[in-house]
Amino acid sequence: MNALFKIIKYSFYDTLRSWWALFYGLFFLVITTTLLYFSGDFNKALVSLLNLVLLLVPLISTVFGVMYSYNSREFTELLLAQPLKRSHLFLGQYLGLTLSLVLSISLGLGAAFLLHAGSVAESGQLGMLILCGSLLTAIFTGIAFLVSVLFEDRIKGFGIAILVWLFSAVIYDGLFLAFLVMFNDYPLEKATIGIALFNPIDLSRIMILLRLETAALLGYTGAVFNKFFGTVPGMLFSFSALLLWIFIPLLVFLKKVQRKDF
Amino acid sequence: MIQIKELAKSFGKVPVLKEITLQLEAGKIYAFLGPNGSGKTTLIKSILGLTLPDAGEIIIDNENIKNNWRYKSRIGYMPQIARFPENLTMMELFRMTKDIRKTTANEEDYIAYFNLEESREKALKNLSGGTKQKVNAILALMFNPDILIFDEPSVGLDPVSHLRLKDLMRQEREKGKTILLTTHILSEVEELADEVIFLLEGKIYFKGTVKELVETQDENNLERAIARLLLRTEKKTKIQYPEAA
Repeated sequence: MNALFKIIKYSFYDTLRSWWALFYGLFFLVITTTLLYFSGDFNKALVSLLNLVLLLVPLISTVFGVMYSYNSREFTELLLAQPLKRSHLFLGQYLGLTLSLVLSISLGLGAAFLLHAGSVAESGQLGMLILCGSLLTAIFTGIAFLVSVLFEDRIKGFGIAILVWLFSAVIYDGLFLAFLVMFNDYPLEKATIGIALFNPIDLSRIMILLRLETAALLGYTGAVFNKFFGTVPGMLFSFSALLLWIFIPLLVFLKKVQRKDF
Repeated sequence: MIQIKELAKSFGKVPVLKEITLQLEAGKIYAFLGPNGSGKTTLIKSILGLTLPDAGEIIIDNENIKNNWRYKSRIGYMPQIARFPENLTMMELFRMTKDIRKTTANEEDYIAYFNLEESREKALKNLSGGTKQKVNAILALMFNPDILIFDEPSVGLDPVSHLRLKDLMRQEREKGKTILLTTHILSEVEELADEVIFLLEGKIYFKGTVKELVETQDENNLERAIARLLLRTEKKTKIQYPEAA
């Protein structure tokens, strides 16, 4: 077996066996079950779930990523002294952590859905939520790894990583809204789509919302969005944007780590 | 054999290693001495490929280690601080490194030797500092590498284990291994080292046997010789040196 897969395997098991990953999965299981059970309406439950996933998944991935990266520092040194390629070691750690987080979310959300025994259309929507959750996990774990390699100081790194999360989860939307209000008199449809593409969280939100009946509430904006994101090229485009959000930080991380002194 | 040629490294603007040239032969124990921040650890980490030098080269058995990782299968490294993934047990850690190294290992002999039978299936986070240090030593030794690097191995070890580790180092030397050791415990140096390499401000200040070091400094033991070496370098600050009682 390839060295990369070995590293993936071990960091995957290591994370999965910590209580955190289990707790994370259980949390989604409980929340999803509760929402599905109490709201009685799949659509409503999914929207609540969507907001939760979009807020929590990036946060937890960021925190996990930074913690993992800093805490395994000494062990990473030990592994670096083994006959391993640096890129394999770090890519393996990243993939191992991401996979175990993705597994936690998927199992948590998926198991609850199975208990609820949803329809085929509903499972498509849930699948989309799980997919976006997984992509967001990959994005924010990558950003967290990158931040941890850029900042030697743990506290600083942790703070910056949280700031990145806060910016993309909260502040960005605020600025976005301010921008819309300020330039109210201009046609903003295209600009809006462009701005949304620059934030993985917003992008995920739009991609899921448009698949729900709630999309009708978005009015004219929703129609514009639908015209773009609803089409196959638009979908492919937004997925590519999300994938770029994974690859760019990851590649910068791998490049930085190649030249780093331990 | 390890050849180091004009190795230089600086962190930011601070030079840590200044053109170090050094040749280390098989079948010897080399003790690296020097005050804190003299570049010992940086030198060792450069050999391990953890720190990437700015200039110069390191050649291990005619193989340049730059952009190379395969040579590491010939090195056993025992780092200063032992920290492992929290949820792994000792045996899982050994299995994992064996899986990565893909060479035969005799960890069982060392587990018995260090009396770690009871720690086999315990999570590594629950092991005491000294026990972790033993696990660390086993990791360095179990693959029977040609080159062994110990970075302050005595920290946290109880006297018996320390003695056992020193015996192991002697045995490995008899087998023709190259052993690199950094330490602040001078008795360890006197007991083990074939050669002392004294680093100061990133340069090799002295290289030779313990006996030579003591003689060149006109002293009668290693501790005083080292102290004198250090004091001589503090040219401006004149510290009064009390007569030996």
